Amino acid sequence: MSDAVALSLDEAGAHALDLVGVGRRFGALTALADITLSVRAGERRAILGSNGAGKTTLFNTITGDFPPSSGRIRFFGEDVTHFPAHERIRRGLRRTYQISLLFDGLSVIDSIFLACRGVSRRRFSLLRPRRDDATRAQAEQLLHAVRLDDARDVAVGQLSHGQKRQVEIALALAGAPRFILFDEPAAGLAPTERRDLVAILTALPAHIGYIIIEHDLDVALRVAERVTMMHNGRIFKEGTPDEIEADAEVQAIYLGGAHG
Amino acid sequence: MSPRAATHLVAGLLLLAYPLVASPFFVFQIGAYSLILGTIALSLMILAGYGGMVSLAQMMVAGVAGYLVAILGTNESGLLGFGWPWWLYVPVAVLIASVVASLIGLLAVRSAGIYMIMITLAVATAFFYFARQNYAVLNGFNGFHGVVPPHAFGIAWRRPIPFYYLCLAVAAAFYAAALYGERSTFGLALQAVRDNPRRMRALGFNVPALRVFAFFLAGVIAATAGVLLVWFNSQISPGTISVAAAIDTLVIAVVGGIRRPAGPYFGALLFAVLQNFAIDLIDPERFNTVIGIVFLAVVLLSPDGLLGLFARLRNAVPTRSFAEPEPARPAGAVPQRSRI
Repeated sequence: MSDAVALSLDEAGAHALDLVGVGRRFGALTALADITLSVRAGERRAILGSNGAGKTTLFNTITGDFPPSSGRIRFFGEDVTHFPAHERIRRGLRRTYQISLLFDGLSVIDSIFLACRGVSRRRFSLLRPRRDDATRAQAEQLLHAVRLDDARDVAVGQLSHGQKRQVEIALALAGAPRFILFDEPAAGLAPTERRDLVAILTALPAHIGYIIIEHDLDVALRVAERVTMMHNGRIFKEGTPDEIEADAEVQAIYLGGAHG
Repeated sequence: MSPRAATHLVAGLLLLAYPLVASPFFVFQIGAYSLILGTIALSLMILAGYGGMVSLAQMMVAGVAGYLVAILGTNESGLLGFGWPWWLYVPVAVLIASVVASLIGLLAVRSAGIYMIMITLAVATAFFYFARQNYAVLNGFNGFHGVVPPHAFGIAWRRPIPFYYLCLAVAAAFYAAALYGERSTFGLALQAVRDNPRRMRALGFNVPALRVFAFFLAGVIAATAGVLLVWFNSQISPGTISVAAAIDTLVIAVVGGIRRPAGPYFGALLFAVLQNFAIDLIDPERFNTVIGIVFLAVVLLSPDGLLGLFARLRNAVPTRSFAEPEPARPAGAVPQRSRI
């Protein structure tokens, strides 16, 4: 076997995400139609598109929040199309939600602790975690990484909007993520908070790839290497940030409102 | 010593000293009975307060354990009664009843809210009618009588004072386990599932499995209390597990306060006192009305039940009361939220 063949096999295995012909219908409504998409491991991808383009639905089919009506989904080469959500997460997939889905009655540190525990062993332990518990140490590190040290013991329900978004990100970074789906992480953030967010995203280790849905082009084009455009449940364009920004069709559909 | 530890110490000493000052009637009919009912309601509090799952089948689980005690141990109804020793029939009865609780959970955990209440009520009602009509194993309408606590370690556990201490030991053990477990990995996960099951899936947790395990654990508590209940009544019949009894369990937990483990015990004490004495206050035909009005008043005055009422009284009066087991929260502490 030649080196070239071995290399191409490696490349195929290096795809974090492979979607082939993925569709999703809600009754008569087709939310996603025939989505075929490949994202390399470690790649940073932005998905743009107007409201209702199917971006969040795409995330939901990938994570298993609800399964696709048709098509196949592979995660690092493994067919996960019919896996329940928690099995996909245990394989290194993570996501954040557009509208924060958090545990209002739990403290920040307890929430992050559960996120770390969810992808490790002893999830059902009836014992309290010991002081030197490894998962506890991970949670403390993560708390620091998303700059929430001051809110450590505050109930999540009492946090500000910006802090809740930081918890969302912390939950997605817990354990050993291999690929993360960020659903509008900058929504509703103040300009300084946006800068912090960009700093956190660009500082992620190189082996962690992600897809980010983001309406703010300042954020999206700065944190992504490639951009995929969606419209009416379909992918209609893919390219580098520069190509997308310059594309006339993209401007007409997506950016048109900004000039009007 | 923290105020909370001090409260528990004082409450514990009062409960230990209670038989020294109370008459056998009060020790048995009020004391032991409250502890048993409170423990059954505690199993519901754990499911509902921590897990957001209201099950009306907890009294049924207690009843299954009670029937098993009558069948595997001895009874005077002349049906079955295998005569097993207590150290064998008690764990077997608790284990089987807990497995039954898990099966109920398996049916119920994919629904939520009012639908879970309906499913568990349907199962409890079905078992009630089954027990009333099945004469081959459960002896139908009559059930089993003459089911008494054993004579073990040289103590006649049937007598009021030993029986009271037995109930107190069981109740204290489960109460302490609940307080400890609240901060365990599983306890935190259960509360997180209450707040947001979808997010828990997205963190890698198998949410249905977690909920079924909660039903199993709550089943162990309800079943153990069910063994005490059949000994307390020295009989078990379909009336023990009627729909009214299932709803009484819910009333006890809600009136006491369904967010913390102490609540069900206060609710049970009020229930036992009213059930025994309302009849002295008013025409025997109408004592249920008195019970209903008192419960209505508590719930209207305080959505958090008696525990919430105590907290308000304490805040209104400057001196500290020991009625409330938990100290005022320091700034930044985590309040619990009920989602039901």
